[in-house]
Amino acid sequence: MKKRQLLMGNEAIARGAVEAGIKVATAYPGTPSSEVFATLARFARKYGYYAEWSVNEKVTLEVAAGAAYAGARAITSMKQVGLNVAADPLMTLAYIGVKGGLVVVVADDPGPHSSQNEQDTRLFARLAKLPVFDPATPQEAKDMTKAAFDLSEKFRLPVILRPTTRVCHVCQDVEIDEIVTLQREYVFHKSPEWVIFPNLAYEKHKHLNRLQQEIADYFSQLPFNRLELKGRVGVVAAGVSYTYVREALADLGEEDISLLKIGTPYPLPEDPVLRLLSQVERVLVVEEQEPVVEEQLIRIAWRHGLKVEIKGKYDGLVLREGELNVDKVRAALAAFLGREIPVETPPAGPPLPRRAPILCAGCPHRASFLAVKEALVDTPAVLAGDIGCYTLGYAPPLNAMDTCLCMGASVTIASGLARVEKGVKHLAFLGDSTFFHTGLAGLVNAVYNRADITLVVLDNRTTAMTGHQPHPGLPLTAMGEESKPINIATVCRAIGVEVVREVNPFHFREAIAAVKEAVNHPGPAVVIMSAPCVALYKPEKLCVVTEECTGCRQCVDVLGCPALVPGEERMTIEEKCTGCGLCREVCPVGAIEEVAR
Amino acid sequence: MSLDIVIAGVGGQGTVLASRIIASAAMRAGEKVFTSETIGMAQREGSVVSQVRIGEPLYGPQIPDGKAEILLGLELAEAVRALPKLKPGGMAIVNSACLIPPSVARGESVYDREALQNYLREKTGICYLFDAFDLAREAGNVKSANVVMLGAFSCLPGLPFTAEQLLAAVLAAVPPQTGAVNEKAFALGRQVMGGK
Repeated sequence: MKKRQLLMGNEAIARGAVEAGIKVATAYPGTPSSEVFATLARFARKYGYYAEWSVNEKVTLEVAAGAAYAGARAITSMKQVGLNVAADPLMTLAYIGVKGGLVVVVADDPGPHSSQNEQDTRLFARLAKLPVFDPATPQEAKDMTKAAFDLSEKFRLPVILRPTTRVCHVCQDVEIDEIVTLQREYVFHKSPEWVIFPNLAYEKHKHLNRLQQEIADYFSQLPFNRLELKGRVGVVAAGVSYTYVREALADLGEEDISLLKIGTPYPLPEDPVLRLLSQVERVLVVEEQEPVVEEQLIRIAWRHGLKVEIKGKYDGLVLREGELNVDKVRAALAAFLGREIPVETPPAGPPLPRRAPILCAGCPHRASFLAVKEALVDTPAVLAGDIGCYTLGYAPPLNAMDTCLCMGASVTIASGLARVEKGVKHLAFLGDSTFFHTGLAGLVNAVYNRADITLVVLDNRTTAMTGHQPHPGLPLTAMGEESKPINIATVCRAIGVEVVREVNPFHFREAIAAVKEAVNHPGPAVVIMSAPCVALYKPEKLCVVTEECTGCRQCVDVLGCPALVPGEERMTIEEKCTGCGLCREVCPVGAIEEVAR
Repeated sequence: MSLDIVIAGVGGQGTVLASRIIASAAMRAGEKVFTSETIGMAQREGSVVSQVRIGEPLYGPQIPDGKAEILLGLELAEAVRALPKLKPGGMAIVNSACLIPPSVARGESVYDREALQNYLREKTGICYLFDAFDLAREAGNVKSANVVMLGAFSCLPGLPFTAEQLLAAVLAAVPPQTGAVNEKAFALGRQVMGGK
């Protein structure tokens, strides 16, 4: 019997890559993809491959592609919006191709649970004309990772593996296989084929178009697409939706439905689709996000003159927004099959407390936001935000974020606002990892074009939101090797920012003064708020409430700190307190003291 | 046999770890498993839910509404929030202690402990309510409340693994230096249910 191990989908992808004999792994963190690379980094020394957290997704893809040019198997991973950053290399890499297998893992987040949009990477694959795998389970994610390397080398194309949150963050007992050792020499063979030029682009485009049908035919043979022909009513299910469809059909007692499972949504394998469409009169397509499979089904049916009723997103039967689950799929199936199922509206229970995600107790971002708000108390200002834990600063009571768009957009949106909005100060907030990701380019632009903005870098010495990955500002690489940290203040001064202040936000008065100085400076200025993330150290102090407390609740009203809980008469401070002391700054009667733990 | 368990808590309580521990104990006992977890933004003090599905037939990771046999509530209000997953007459083991979010402290929403406890008792077949934070403090660290709950959970009838197997999975999952605290937390959870 094969050895089995409880693996999260992302870990299963990592295991698949190791079994496939990778030589290089790269990534930029982003939920729900981060654990793919975090796992690969952990095992890099053991299995003898190179692993790096790169500064952004464009860089991760290019570094991995370079290794694949020389014949190495390489994997890169990112979240769906990360692919937008990597779109430039991806689109042309589809023309240029690779030598060693290159698998691009792009995790989609229908829901969305932890993302700023619900874009569908399968559409990106279609745009780039690259094959894409869409796993239903962690086991399949592992098997597909290995198959993706084989496909990549067969057709000399990068291949996309697109898991969704309910594969990435699902654990399953996964079969562990042998690790192959590839006997290869890694050599880059010089050839005009590697240099894209307009005339080569035209030839390569023709070649890529020819490959589409070949890949679809190849996909028809893979076990990830399975047809169970039964009755004259059919269902097509892609990705994780296949598991929901099977459970919903069992629950409805529908045993005569012909079911086609799709694991490779682009290019859609025509053979099983044609066999299904020739058999059934009606078919429902169940997939999350966009009607990628549904549209290809309609095309195939039309081109083959098959009169089949194809239902799905365009009929509103299957939702296009949010993620699916068994309950939603059962309702869609029931509607499609003309079955009445009882709709149970759960009884209204007692009211529940609102519990949105918030900044942790002791989070230095809270102090930074408060210092900025204090500094700006008489100054009209717009606070442009960015992507990270600090995005949570938008919530009351801090209300410290007026815009949030995408990675690195704080500094550039503020720059644009400052061009037209007069009598208002424009500030931008981004984290240390985001600074290196795409923030730096925007700051260079602000300096060059003399934008009158203040950038507040919230430097907590880690990439916190995605699970504490290192970045170029830290003296450590993904493989645990020492590196020369790039100092953010030095970078800012070197590119010509005239006012650069570094301050610990918990030195509250100094922090306020630094923000005031920066905001009053005409032209770009930078304040670096430097204090480590609370998850990185063991607190030595704790705050306690004294008998002076009047129970006015100003501390929690101003800070929204989760350690502050109202008691019978006085406030209480819970064990999660780190002793940051910020509540002492806002207590009007001095009723909070710091004590050693 | 199949068994669906929903675990509800607040980000930072070890909800994900609890689901992994149950899944690995089930695997040790030779069962097929799925878990589905909340990871990401919600882990910052937000509502989190983990799902564990054990045995066969085993279709996919997400438990449909009204199908879970067991609700493990690491926090009172979160247990009530996850209640729609529990089947009618299902079993609940719930930490009766509350984590009051700032929205309540600031008067923007309410936390009616008594109403929530009564609702849980009324809507479940069997409901065990006890203060897991107190027991975790007694074990040596309030953070071991998730293991207290697992100890209590191990007393339920019809589980596909023994209490010893579950404890072994706990000890394999937690940092070695916290082994003694977690072992005690597990034992205190068992005691509160009348187990040994």
